[in-house]
Amino acid sequence: MYFAALAIMIYFLIFSFLPMGGLIMAFQKYKIVKGIFGSRFVGLDNFKRFFEGPYFFRTLINTLRISLLDLLFSFPAPIILACLLNELRGQKFKKTVQTITYMPYFLSTVVFCGLIRNFTDSRGFVTQIVNSLGGSYESMITDTGAFIPIFIITNIIQTIGFNSIIYLAALSSVDQELYEAAKIDGAGYWKQWLYVTLPGISSTVIIMLILRMGQIMNVNYEKVILLYAPSTYDVADVISSYIYRAGLQGGDYSYSTAVGLFNSVIGFILILIANMISKKFSETSLF
Amino acid sequence: MKVKETPGRKIFRVVNVLFLTAISFICLAPILYTVMASFSDPVSLINSRSMLFWPAGEITLSGYELVFGNKSIWKSYGNTIFYVTAGTIVGIFATSVAAYIFSRKYFAPKNFCMLLISFTMLFNGGLIPNYILISRLGLIDSRLVMIIPGAINVFNLIVLRTAFMGIPDSLEESARLDGAGDFCIFFRIIAPLSKATISVVVLFIAVAQWNSWFLPSLYFNDRDLFPLQLILREILIVGNMSLTNASSDVSSQFSIYTLLIQYCTIVVSTLPILCIYPFIQKYFAKGVMIGSIKG
Repeated sequence: MYFAALAIMIYFLIFSFLPMGGLIMAFQKYKIVKGIFGSRFVGLDNFKRFFEGPYFFRTLINTLRISLLDLLFSFPAPIILACLLNELRGQKFKKTVQTITYMPYFLSTVVFCGLIRNFTDSRGFVTQIVNSLGGSYESMITDTGAFIPIFIITNIIQTIGFNSIIYLAALSSVDQELYEAAKIDGAGYWKQWLYVTLPGISSTVIIMLILRMGQIMNVNYEKVILLYAPSTYDVADVISSYIYRAGLQGGDYSYSTAVGLFNSVIGFILILIANMISKKFSETSLF
Repeated sequence: MKVKETPGRKIFRVVNVLFLTAISFICLAPILYTVMASFSDPVSLINSRSMLFWPAGEITLSGYELVFGNKSIWKSYGNTIFYVTAGTIVGIFATSVAAYIFSRKYFAPKNFCMLLISFTMLFNGGLIPNYILISRLGLIDSRLVMIIPGAINVFNLIVLRTAFMGIPDSLEESARLDGAGDFCIFFRIIAPLSKATISVVVLFIAVAQWNSWFLPSLYFNDRDLFPLQLILREILIVGNMSLTNASSDVSSQFSIYTLLIQYCTIVVSTLPILCIYPFIQKYFAKGVMIGSIKG
C-alpha cells in the first residue's frame, strides 16, 4: 500500500511538480540545447518585455472583458431556465425541454466551433437572419464587433441546459410547506418566488458564483483558438491564446512561460480571494 | 383543492411554454441543420442561405459516400476508440487506487498527500513547461501521451475519495477480521458500494478523452496517431483539402463537396454520443451533484 502511494506521489511529482520547477525558465533566456540548468539567468527581463509590450494591455483587457461579460450573461441563464422549468405543470414537456437543452453540451468543442463558424460566416444562415433584422455584416465571425456576442451567446446555448441541473435539484429541495404558508399569508406567485424560491436556492447560487469567480483568468481558450482569426485578435486574443501563439507557434519559450506564470499567479490569487469571501458569507469553503 | 388562477398567471404560463419552446428550438437548431445539410445536394447546400428544416435540393448520400470512403477519418475514429478505452481503464484504475489509499484512516500521510495534490489543481506549470517535459520524456508522437500524463484528474480523485470516505469504517474492520486484504476490501466492499460515483467518474474521463483535441494537437505530429477530433478540426476549422485525395475523381469538384463533407463528418462523429447520451443523462446529473457536494 505504501508502495502504491509512493508511485502515485512520484506520478504527481513528475507530471505536476516538475513543470512547476520548469517555471524557472520564465527568469531565464531558455535554450533547448542548454536546458534549464545551462540557460542564462536574466531575472525579470521576460516579464518586463511582456508588461512593456503592446500585448500586455490588449490580452489582459480581452481576458477580463470576455470573462466578465460571460459571467454576467451565461451565469444567470441556467438559473432562469431552472426557475421557468420549475413553474411547468406538465412533466412530459419539462423532460423534453431538459433533454433538448442538454444536447449542445454533448457536441465536442471542435464540432461546436465548426458549426459556429459555418453558421456565422458570410454564407451562414445566422448571418443572413441577423442581416435581415437590420444588421450589416459581411461575415460575423470575422467581425470585431460580433465576436464577443457570438462567443457568449454560444456559450449560453452550449451550457444552459447542463448547468441548470444543479439549480433544478436545489429548487426541488425547497420545502413545499413554505409555499403553502406564503399562500396563506396572501403572497402571489411573484412574491412566492421572491421570498421563498429565491432564498431557497441562494446558497447554491452563491457557491456556483464563487467557483466561477475563481475561473476569471481561465477563459475557455480552446474555444477562442478555434474561433478567432487575425482579423478578430483585437478583441478575441486572450492571455492563454497569446501564450499558445508566442510559445508553441513562435517558439519563444521563456517569454511565454513568463506570461503564463503571470496568468497563473493572478488566477491563484483570485481563487484564494473567492474562497475567503465564500468562507465569510456562506460558511462553505473549497479548502 | 383547486385554486383559481389569476389572468396574469395564465398569461405567464402561456408565455413560459412559448419561451421554453423557443429555447429548445435554438438548442436543437444546430443539430437539426447539420443532419439536414448532410443529406443535401452539394450545390444547393452551398447556395442555401437559410435555416434548413429539410435537405436542400435533392436528397443525396454522396457526402456520406465520400466520408465513409475516407481512410483518415476511419483511422482516427479507431485511434479515438483506443484512446478512450485505454485512457478510461488506466484513468479509473489509477484514480480509484489513489482515492482508496488517501481515504483510509490508518494511512497516516493522507492529508499531507492530498494537500500537495490539491495544490496542483490550483496552480500548475503551464503550457510550455509541460510541453518541454513531455518532449523530454520522449512522449511526443507516442500513444502513451494520451493515457499516462492525464491519468489522474485531481477533481475526479476528490470526488471518488469523498465517496469512499462516506463508507462506514465498520464494514472494513469486520472484513479485516475475516482476513480480507486491501485488494479484497476494495473490490468486494468499496467498489460495489460506490458504483454510482465510479460510473460518473468513468463517464467524465471517457467524455474528456473523446473531446480532447488541444493537447493531442501539441503532442502529435504523426497523422496516423491523430484522434478523431484533430481530423475534425482539419476538416471543419482549417478547411483542409487533402481529404478527398483518396478518391481523385471527385477531387476536381472538391470545392463543391467541402460543405457537404463537413456536415456528414459531424454527423458520423457525433451520432454515437448523441445516441448514447439520453441513457447516460441521469448519470451526468448525478455527477454534477457530486461535484457540487464537494464544493
